[in-house]
Amino acid sequence: MPILEGQGVTKYFGGLAAVSKVDFAVDHGEIVGLIGPNGAGKTTLFNLISGTYPLSSGEVRFKGQKLNGLKPHRICRMGLSRTFQETKVFGNMPVLQNVLVGAFFGTPTHVSGADAAKEASRALEFVGLSAMAGYPIQDLTLVNQKRVEVARALATKPELLLLDELMAGLNPAEVSEAMGLVKRIRDRGITIFMVEHVMKAIMGVCGRIMVLHHGEKIAEGTCNEISCNKTVIDIYLGEETHAGS
Amino acid sequence: MNIASFASAHKKLVTVGFILLVLIFLATLPLYGNDYYINLLTTILMYTILAVSWAMFSGATGYMSLATAAFFGVGIMAMAFLYGTLPFPVIVVIGGVLASALAFLIGLVTLRLKGIYFAIFTFGFVMFISQTAYYTDVNILGNAWGHELPLMDPGMLHYAMLGLTVMTLLTIYFIRRSRYGLALLSIGGSEEAAEHMGINTTMTKIVLFTISSVFMGAAGAIYAPALIHVEARIAFNVFNSFVPILMAIFGGMGQLYGPVVGAAVFGYLDRTLRVELQEYFMLAFGIILVAVILFLPNGIVGLLPTLQERLRRLTARLRKGGETEQHANT
Repeated sequence: MPILEGQGVTKYFGGLAAVSKVDFAVDHGEIVGLIGPNGAGKTTLFNLISGTYPLSSGEVRFKGQKLNGLKPHRICRMGLSRTFQETKVFGNMPVLQNVLVGAFFGTPTHVSGADAAKEASRALEFVGLSAMAGYPIQDLTLVNQKRVEVARALATKPELLLLDELMAGLNPAEVSEAMGLVKRIRDRGITIFMVEHVMKAIMGVCGRIMVLHHGEKIAEGTCNEISCNKTVIDIYLGEETHAGS
Repeated sequence: MNIASFASAHKKLVTVGFILLVLIFLATLPLYGNDYYINLLTTILMYTILAVSWAMFSGATGYMSLATAAFFGVGIMAMAFLYGTLPFPVIVVIGGVLASALAFLIGLVTLRLKGIYFAIFTFGFVMFISQTAYYTDVNILGNAWGHELPLMDPGMLHYAMLGLTVMTLLTIYFIRRSRYGLALLSIGGSEEAAEHMGINTTMTKIVLFTISSVFMGAAGAIYAPALIHVEARIAFNVFNSFVPILMAIFGGMGQLYGPVVGAAVFGYLDRTLRVELQEYFMLAFGIILVAVILFLPNGIVGLLPTLQERLRRLTARLRKGGETEQHANT
């Protein structure tokens, strides 16, 4: 049984179908990539999974349980955590406290102060930011703020992690570092579903890729299948190469 | 050992000692102070409660509540109506409970509103309750002349307010340090992220908004006798919504003692300037506030670390100077 599955997931904003009848499944231990041009509905799909807003129709199941109608905090406590495309760190507190929020509130059971502190510093260490634990979060670069978001999500002890454009705006060295991080997260037994524009990263870490276009799923398969898929090349990869050339 | 290094080495000791001194001063004041000063300090304590409770919720979450005057006024009206029928402390508790019940209802309907809408709603609510209470009191209950409360011993009111202040500060101190304080701050940082990190933001907001209003209502009940003549439009004066905010901003909201300092300074200025420089009071008030917002984003207490650093450097330089002098002598 897949850890996460969606059937006919649809979301209308007014008359516009931002996500339309998308079926998907993510198996335990996988790293699945979600790609598509800007406005394809990738972040909307993540928002539907994590409960930011309700589905117009369709169904999302996590570990066999229906997520429809559940508030984001309930979904988080079930073990489904996420990061944000536009970083949403808590700008009014230091780095460690940011992660502490995840450790305190993100788990289904009550966590003691000492355990939460331990979990938070462990998560910070995992993303390599222990040295900055006491810094005001605003003093960190965007790259590091995104890593704090990862640490914060990890502190909730998730089984599935949604990464929304973790690598946007990173230089090539930082991209490989982030790819390493993603793999290490998976090696901890956490399933990953990630939206990404950096193709090198997608090809490098994902076992499987889904392609969204105008809110519809137009392709799905291994990296090789996707990079050879005619439609995908036309609407997405083609566009990129033209833009790049 | 000089003062600065002693202070930094025994920070906790100095803090506790300082708090004790202030408490001793406040507790013994009625024994030697005259009524003017006792009243002044009672008023300052009252403002302290309002400012600290306001900052606990609104300062942390960024939800600008202008409903303080409503909760405070409910406490005042509770005392006005119930005085003499029940023991004083019981009425104070009733004032707090009624205020928190009101806050709970307001929270239930409005904490979904974001930003300016929440502020406007709470402001409108004060207007609404003020007018409704006035109309009800005068036209339905027939208290056309308001309520006269008998003169009470200022010392006794002072002790009641001091007790409530200590309770308020202790409660809020522990809330700020607890996970609920962290939850409130995270809502202020990014409500969406807070929700996705497992915080039931709606519940957190409603519960803590309700808690913060208990103290406001109780403070109103204790303060009522000091007003002597109470009517609804005085009790629900919207000025009481803004003053605590100004105090909290002036003092700085990052620390618990920021609003306390703000309330003390403003409470004192309020009384003295108003007597001596009536026309200029609001002007001075405005200028000071603008200056603080522009130049001291963390309030007056935000200056403290800077001053400490200056002091440390100054003493370091003095000591160095002393040492070179010694070298010159040898």
